[in-house]
Amino acid sequence: MRYETIPTTCSYCGCGCEVLLQVLDGELIGVLPSKASPINEGSLCIKGWNLHEFVVSERRLRKPMLRKGGSLVETSWEEALDEVAGRLAKIKSESGPDSIAALSSAKCTNEENYLMQRFVRAAIGTNNVDHCARL
Amino acid sequence: MRELLKTRVAEMLREGRVDGVVGLIESHGEPLPYLFTADDTAALERISTGELQGRLAELIPGVVRYPLGKILTAVARKHPDKRFGVMCRACDERVVFGLFQNLQLDPDKVEILGLPCKEELARACSCPAPAPRSAIVDQPSREAWDRADLERIDAMALDERFAFWVEELGRCIKCYGCRNACPVCFCDVCTLQDDGLVKKGEIPAELPAFQLTRAWHMVGRCVDCGLCQEACPMDIPIRTIYRKVRSIVGELFDYFPGERDGGKSPLEQLGDGSFPIQ
Ligand code: SF4
Ligand code: SF4
Ligand code: SF4
Repeated sequence: MRYETIPTTCSYCGCGCEVLLQVLDGELIGVLPSKASPINEGSLCIKGWNLHEFVVSERRLRKPMLRKGGSLVETSWEEALDEVAGRLAKIKSESGPDSIAALSSAKCTNEENYLMQRFVRAAIGTNNVDHCARL
Repeated sequence: MRELLKTRVAEMLREGRVDGVVGLIESHGEPLPYLFTADDTAALERISTGELQGRLAELIPGVVRYPLGKILTAVARKHPDKRFGVMCRACDERVVFGLFQNLQLDPDKVEILGLPCKEELARACSCPAPAPRSAIVDQPSREAWDRADLERIDAMALDERFAFWVEELGRCIKCYGCRNACPVCFCDVCTLQDDGLVKKGEIPAELPAFQLTRAWHMVGRCVDCGLCQEACPMDIPIRTIYRKVRSIVGELFDYFPGERDGGKSPLEQLGDGSFPIQ
């Protein structure tokens, strides 16, 4: 029998509210706003209060998906990455780097977001990069 | 107080009187809710009464409070055969008594470790009764409930009062924080998520369905712990509404939820009470 709370930062927007993930016997059961955070002072918006839901959501993607013949099918990382790299290279050579844009996510780490913009700017060659937390 | 609390929790666990104690642990630089168990004695060294340390103490007044009664309910629901201790300030103790009265916790399986609050803190919380019955140490305390807000609103003419509440409640962003933080909001299905009553995705909530539904549900239930108010990002004086509700129930039935560790809510009795609902 174990219950603990793990402090982390809400990943839904750029405010940086501190949330406590409630873990009961290894299962994520809910979120509490941190009372000690000077940012959100014990409050959250409705998204933060439900932050745990996407982690355990049944609808969460667990394997890469590729659209084949009009419908999405599960595929291997190998095939998915080859497909993405091949198509990006093709679009870039046919229509130029500014025909590509990337949308990153607040649900990634800071480092992953850094890599994303680095990839878009250095490998693709465009400044078309943004993220879902621009609220 | 912290040392005494630590000793008492260690004792309870060592003697096997309880299987776990819900309280606070100092971790990551702040007090966090935690379940202390006998196989994890090192954690006891970091037990906390909710005081903040260092710079945080300057930024955030008072002590940190979490809905420990609600957490205990979640753990006890999953482990119905286990016995628990729970750290309680007087407000938390009212919560736990309220949860006994509403049959959400089994009084035979819960032992309360009460921490009395200092007068300064009680005043900051506008606390109706800052001394827990099951205090681990005696400390004189007196009621610090500041009725000024309630009296000011009660004194308003009806249309003025209506305008006041329309203005206040109109700020609600429907975060559901008041419901989520409230330890006596334990329903599996919540009326506030009934699409017919409260339309999903519309802000502000249609006045006054959302707020009055919650106020109505706090009849015979709200123990005046103030956790809802602390969770409200829009500083809506919701606790004042529930205090009014609570005082009406008190006047009519001489019943104040959470003030004794037994008895049933008047809403759970038929007629003169001689046919209690099981
Ligand atoms: S004061 Fe607020 S959080 Fe506490 S019992 Fe009443 S309604 Fe619930
Ligand atoms: S608002 Fe009402 S229905 Fe919802 S959890 Fe609280 S008491 Fe239950
Ligand atoms: S906590 Fe405040 S803003 Fe959030 S739903 Fe309750 S009253 Fe509305």
